[in-house]
Amino acid sequence: MSSSRAAESSLLALNQQEELEDLPREYPLSTSEDEGDSDGERKHQKLLEAISSLDGKNRRKLAERSEASLKVSEFSVSSEGSGEKLVLSDLLEPVKTSSSLAAVKKQLNRVKSKKTVELPLHKEEIERIHREVAFNKTSQVLSKWDPVVQKNRQAEQLVFPLSKQQSIFAPIEHVVSGWKARTPLEQEIFNLLHKNKQPVTDPLLTPMEKASLKAMSLEEVKMRRAELQRARALQSYYEARARREKKIKSKKYHKLLKKGKAKQALKEFEKLRKVNPAAALEELEKLEKARMMERMSLKHQNSGKWAKSKAVMAKYDLEARQAMQEQLARNKELMQKIQVASESAEEEGGAEEEGEPFVPDVVNEVQMKVDRPNPWMFRNHSGDTKEAEVQGDPEELAEPAAQEAPESEEEGPAVAEEILLKEFEERRSLRQKSGLNQIAKPVGSQEAKDLSSQEVLSELRALSQKLNRESHQSRKQELSSTRTVLVVQREEAAREEEEPLLLQRPERARTLDELEELGKEGCFQNKELPRVAVEGQQLERNPSNHLGVPKEKKRKEQMIDLQNLLTTKSPSMKSLAVPTTVEELEDEERDQRQMIKEAFAGDDVIRDFLKEKREAVEASKPKDVDLTLPGWGEWGGVGLKPSAKKRRRFLIKAPEGPPRKDKNLPNVILNEKRNIHAVAHQVRMLPYPFTHHQQFERTIQTPIGSTWNTQRSFQKLTMPKVVTKPGHIIKPIKAEDVGYRSSSRSDLSVIQRNPKRLSIRHKKQLKKNSVD
Amino acid sequence: MKVKMLSRNPDSYVRETKLDLQRVPRNYDPTLHPFEVPREYVRALNATKLERVFAKPFLASLDGHRDGVSCLAKHPKSLATVLSGACDGEVRIWNLTKRKCIRMIQAHEGFVRGICTRFCGTSFFTVGDDKTVKQWKMDGPSYGEEEEPLHTILGKTVYTGIDHHWKEAVFATCGQQVDIWDEQRTSPICSMTWGFDSISSVKFNPIETFLLGSCASDRNIVLYDMRQATPLKKVILDMRTNTICWNPMEAFIFTAANEDYNLYTFDMRALDTPLMIHMDHVSAVLDVDYSPTGKDFVSASFDKSIRIFPVDKSRSREVYHTKRMQHVICVKWTSDSKYIMCGSDEMNIRLWKANASEKLGVLTSREKAATDYNQRLKEKFQHHPHIKRISRHRHLPKSIYSQIQEQRIMKEARRRKELNRIKHSKPGSVQRVSEKKKRVVAVVK
Repeated sequence: MSSSRAAESSLLALNQQEELEDLPREYPLSTSEDEGDSDGERKHQKLLEAISSLDGKNRRKLAERSEASLKVSEFSVSSEGSGEKLVLSDLLEPVKTSSSLAAVKKQLNRVKSKKTVELPLHKEEIERIHREVAFNKTSQVLSKWDPVVQKNRQAEQLVFPLSKQQSIFAPIEHVVSGWKARTPLEQEIFNLLHKNKQPVTDPLLTPMEKASLKAMSLEEVKMRRAELQRARALQSYYEARARREKKIKSKKYHKLLKKGKAKQALKEFEKLRKVNPAAALEELEKLEKARMMERMSLKHQNSGKWAKSKAVMAKYDLEARQAMQEQLARNKELMQKIQVASESAEEEGGAEEEGEPFVPDVVNEVQMKVDRPNPWMFRNHSGDTKEAEVQGDPEELAEPAAQEAPESEEEGPAVAEEILLKEFEERRSLRQKSGLNQIAKPVGSQEAKDLSSQEVLSELRALSQKLNRESHQSRKQELSSTRTVLVVQREEAAREEEEPLLLQRPERARTLDELEELGKEGCFQNKELPRVAVEGQQLERNPSNHLGVPKEKKRKEQMIDLQNLLTTKSPSMKSLAVPTTVEELEDEERDQRQMIKEAFAGDDVIRDFLKEKREAVEASKPKDVDLTLPGWGEWGGVGLKPSAKKRRRFLIKAPEGPPRKDKNLPNVILNEKRNIHAVAHQVRMLPYPFTHHQQFERTIQTPIGSTWNTQRSFQKLTMPKVVTKPGHIIKPIKAEDVGYRSSSRSDLSVIQRNPKRLSIRHKKQLKKNSVD
Repeated sequence: MKVKMLSRNPDSYVRETKLDLQRVPRNYDPTLHPFEVPREYVRALNATKLERVFAKPFLASLDGHRDGVSCLAKHPKSLATVLSGACDGEVRIWNLTKRKCIRMIQAHEGFVRGICTRFCGTSFFTVGDDKTVKQWKMDGPSYGEEEEPLHTILGKTVYTGIDHHWKEAVFATCGQQVDIWDEQRTSPICSMTWGFDSISSVKFNPIETFLLGSCASDRNIVLYDMRQATPLKKVILDMRTNTICWNPMEAFIFTAANEDYNLYTFDMRALDTPLMIHMDHVSAVLDVDYSPTGKDFVSASFDKSIRIFPVDKSRSREVYHTKRMQHVICVKWTSDSKYIMCGSDEMNIRLWKANASEKLGVLTSREKAATDYNQRLKEKFQHHPHIKRISRHRHLPKSIYSQIQEQRIMKEARRRKELNRIKHSKPGSVQRVSEKKKRVVAVVK
């Protein structure tokens, strides 16, 4: 009985356990009292079940549940059996806190945290999202090309094909191995070489040698390593020492060190001189080089930081002063050239041979210039030559203006040249004494010939300016007819026009004698400038200076002057050295000049021009409009003219136009009318890429042809934008061409073989295919 | 003593060989060479005139086809080889240097719709109206061998276009959908579709080779990514696009030849506005091909002319036509960028110079320098009216000319109407839409 009881109790326990398990997790375990009487029945049932499950199968069966009205379980609420009703207050009663409730809460939380799965999106939506993602990805991939594209678009020149065929470097062995011996001699040689297994080319080694070279014994390796170690250690020691020494601040120490070094160097040099003079010489050269470097570097000048600081200190500190002096001495020493005795001797000898006292090189140069009638050479010395000229023309010399003329200030280059010119003069006087100048004289006359054309030109220019001014003045004259004013104006004008024509030179001609001397030199003067100036003055003096009439007079004067110029000979012409032929030449030349003058006597270009200009001015002036009708309101007929009053009344005066642009430009006619013929060739609107008309004009104004540019710049300017090689295939640009890494995976391998992607229609098709 | 004397170094004036040019010493003093602008202007004018005088672009006509030429293909490795397919299903291979047909194949029944060469140049593919894709060997069959394709793929629908991948053994066909094929397989490895209209052409991007562009008859251009096996974006234009072509130097630029007489250049990352509208044709544009330099493209039109456009200009720089040339169906720019080929309705393939007045053959260095200089001069003075007029002058057939006039009038009328509408409506109520925006109907993501 006891055993059966024990069994029962164990069964009971089991039963309870099972009950626990049967309950769904979500439901709380209840320990309510209302189990009541039905408890016994249930227990009985469980017992039966337990027994039935004992028979080997161990099958657990869920407890059957029914909604029997009388059976009250904690799982369902039924109001049928029990008479009592559920009251709201029952529900509102707070749940008692108990240990078992924690589990409930936990479960409840778990329920809350679980979300329901959302409805899947439309297929179209999904595809759209896929597309967008893919598009963004692709765009990103593509944007790596942006800089390349930008660069290519802006490139000044593109050369296609882009990828250059790179030449492959083949080692010589390969090349040689490809080469075959053809001639019998070659074959013989090769046979011999091959038989002895000799290398065919120099750098080639026999296989054995190669192998032995490659191999390195263990000992060797060890030795080498040890060596390396030692070297490294030594280096580190050395570095440490250097660092230590560098840190030492004592000046004395450094000074001593330097001195010691210098001594050492000297000693060595002495030794070297005894032992090996050639090496010593080299050493000396090195010193020379150092000197040169010093000269270039200006290191020991007083400009350095240290030197400056010392200079400040030097006043008070003796030591500093000394240091500075030392430095200066050093500088001097370094700058001093080491004279090699033999060279100087030679020089002296040369000088002696020439038999001249010390004469600078420039003198010789000038002599050479004298020898050759090169007009370019005289530009520099125009000052002197002009001086000479003045002297050469006795008439002009008489004029006080000629002497005034040189007074004008010289500005730019003359100041720089002053010294040189002085020298030049001195030398000249020197040479005169020695009598060398005689050669120069005939040359001078030749010079005059060369320059005559220039003369004429400048004369013309001067004349035109004068005339212009005069016409201008004459107009003024009309306005104010007082004579005094005119005179004043004249004088002003004279001053004005003189200025550009005046001789410009650094010094005054000092005395007459000097001038004479210079004149005797006969240095090929171009006489035009002073002459013209004088002329101008002469013209001014002429009291009857009116617009039309005086011109001819002037012209005549000028012609006479020219003749004078040509006929008057400078006294220097008649020197001993001059042969008679020269004179004849002079005559011939004069004749020719005369002829030309006569031939073009009536050809007054300047006057014509002025006339033309006047006409142009007149034509451009706005015209008055006369609206008088003859016979209107009065008698008309042959010989009757409308009255002055009427004419005055109906005359519409034209407004005065804007001032002409060429008003102040005497030698120019500016046409202010729009030229229809030119319009066809002018750009009317600013073309697109340009933002300002100046830009455009500038591009047009810079010439690109080889006439104006050097070959190199011409090539650069005319470089074509796109260059293609004929007969070469241009492949599309590749990532490798521009230095990008192309994707290593092929497109084929990356394809996502997603069957879902295939359309339904296509799937069907595929199926059909497979069936077929 | 210093002695100055004349001395000449022979190195400075003696030539090394007699083939060298004589050295001419020059003085670049600007005062010696006055009037540089007028002189250069005259030179430019002369150069422009000469350019027009020498502008004879037509080189040869390759005749032999017995029906209109429907498609052309370049050989990727040989400049002298060209392939063409005709409307009667015949494919011919031409040698341009000899100007002769070297091989002819009856490839399809009905049209040859598309032809493309493999990137290595050993074989080529054709698609035809008989729903087949055929792969052919580039070299002809040996003696006694029969002319037959390497592979034939039978499809369910008609294929209207084909293009080969630029690097791998993959090609794409279009028809009902865009199919990507592995050369070794008989079924497509991937198939992409968007919408239900038939697709008229498909083109691989030559730089980013996984990209494809296609145009369908429902007025749209669709871009695909082959690797992700998905379409990317679709732009719907006013009218149908016949074909597109990718710029071989700029990965994201392509040009579409449209039925509305215009060509549209797009940046594929911003499809909502075309970068440039190229207008000059007076009829539907049927084909377009880029110069390998990526600076120009050529377009073939139904108006019996081909035009060359600079990429960044909306107007063409050149128009080619002959009396006998009918509707031009296909056009190709050769891979050395020197020539243009076009196949037209009247069974001929014509060869043109890409640069009308260019001298062919080897130039001496002086000739080259002269042409470069002239070119630069023309560029420099291009805005001057005289020069501009001469350089722009082209002869046109009467039909095209009158149509251009007509178009101009129509355009002006449209513009006037729009202006009037703006003028007569409440300010701000009628917005002016730019011409570029007007042409794009929608961009579908």
